[in-house]
Amino acid sequence: MSDLILPRREAIARAGGLVAAVGALPLLAGCDAINEAPTVRKILSMGEEMNRASQRALMDRDALAREFTRADLSPTFRSNGTKLPPGDAYAAHAAAGFVDWRVQVTGLVARPLSLSMADIRAMPQRTQITRHDCVEGWSAIGQWTGPQLSRILAAAGVKDSARYIVFRCADRLGDALYYESCDMVDALHPQTIMAWALNDELLPIANGAPLRLRIERQLGYKHAKYVDTIEAVSHLGRIGAGKGGYWEDRIDYEWYAGI
Amino acid sequence: MAEPENPVASEKPEPVRVYRHRLPVRVWHWVNAVTLVVLLMSGLMIFNAHPRLYWGQYGANPDYAWFAVGSTPKTGFVRIGETRIETTGVLGRWTDAKGAEQTWAFPGWATIPTGYSLADGRRWHLLFAWVLAISLTLYMLWSLFGGHLKKDLHIRRAEWGPRHIWQDVKNHARLRFPRGQAAARYHILQKLSYIGVIFVLLPLMIATGLTMSPGMNASAPWLLDLFGGRQSARSIHFLAAWALVLFFLVHIAMVVLAGPVNEIRSMLTGRFRLPPERDQEA
Repeated sequence: MSDLILPRREAIARAGGLVAAVGALPLLAGCDAINEAPTVRKILSMGEEMNRASQRALMDRDALAREFTRADLSPTFRSNGTKLPPGDAYAAHAAAGFVDWRVQVTGLVARPLSLSMADIRAMPQRTQITRHDCVEGWSAIGQWTGPQLSRILAAAGVKDSARYIVFRCADRLGDALYYESCDMVDALHPQTIMAWALNDELLPIANGAPLRLRIERQLGYKHAKYVDTIEAVSHLGRIGAGKGGYWEDRIDYEWYAGI
Repeated sequence: MAEPENPVASEKPEPVRVYRHRLPVRVWHWVNAVTLVVLLMSGLMIFNAHPRLYWGQYGANPDYAWFAVGSTPKTGFVRIGETRIETTGVLGRWTDAKGAEQTWAFPGWATIPTGYSLADGRRWHLLFAWVLAISLTLYMLWSLFGGHLKKDLHIRRAEWGPRHIWQDVKNHARLRFPRGQAAARYHILQKLSYIGVIFVLLPLMIATGLTMSPGMNASAPWLLDLFGGRQSARSIHFLAAWALVLFFLVHIAMVVLAGPVNEIRSMLTGRFRLPPERDQEA
């Protein structure tokens, strides 16, 4: 049965390809040339700036993301990006239950810290059931537990000259380690936590064990996983390729991902 | 009715020209046309990143999607509920301009850019969303205070009559379009569709779009309640986009049937030549 249908399917697919190749190719190539022109890129990036400026100007900076109940939890919390960081070092940490994992708090701070997971769990905790929105379009609801980032930064004595917080991660994607960053508004937001538990269990490796960022008013790629360094900086220009994050540097995702 | 007594009347009557579309109508029409094309095509690119739709607050691959575009090793398909429709060559499995098979949902000729780039699709979409929102707001204000709403779009009581509406439906079905002075005004179906687009569909697109913004959700959580959750808003956003495409197709068909040169000219210069009354035609 399917043998009979197959040639027709292929014929349709091939005819479609032919039409595209002969008729639309110059037009499509023209469109893509526009997309890649430097001036156009500059104009396009105005959208991000307008979104950031308007959300910062018009919205309550401490407005909370919606918190849900346990009845609203996604039955399965999907993971994305790195599901298992490569390398022996991470594997050894995982095998040991992350007892030797250290989170460095560095940069523009009065008292640099080196926190163990026990230190982090000994701090006052916040538990929140929130929705995780991937830039791709899907959403999942999960319950997260961890100390507020603002407490960690306060413990380290973050300086006034700090304007951004950079999160460095242990997962290598291709040629570089993943990293992300945010401004102080989101860093000090009450729902911004360093989570070590998901749905009342230790954070699974696929979701960023042992520690990940929750930055609830931005999209998923901002929620750095496998965090081993929290660094306060005044500028993002010297970090990575200067755009403030792994994907921002590579494929031009927006640094401000509130929309 | 009355036979023309004037012998000159046998000659073709001078076509009556009216000033039909004021400048704001014309400017907004074309700005909006370009904006909606960019938003649709970049929106289809964004959809390609996750070609599944859900109802409710959450929705990801492990959850049930009421709508999905997918592929098998040989075919492409669309699934709506439990119904699967084969769409090989167009959706789910298609051949790109270089002859390579692709399994993204929408084909390259329908997306901005043509090759998969969620980042670029978002850049175009989120900039032109501003153009849409600003131009629509200005146009609504002008319609309200500039008399467009009252003069051109306001539906009079007599027009609401079911018989009147049915008559207009029949006229359309028979492709009998208004002539003479009647053609200088919008008829009931036209008014309803323009009001529907300007005051219902486009605001719905903006509102459901904003409901997908996690930043917006924090400051306006009522949007989530209004649409029943972020994933519901995404579904409604998708459906309303196709309602706009449907409007576009009917709109273009009507322009072609009613006389494309006269119609397009009137949307460029504002001047519209009234089609002569039938009894003057013979």
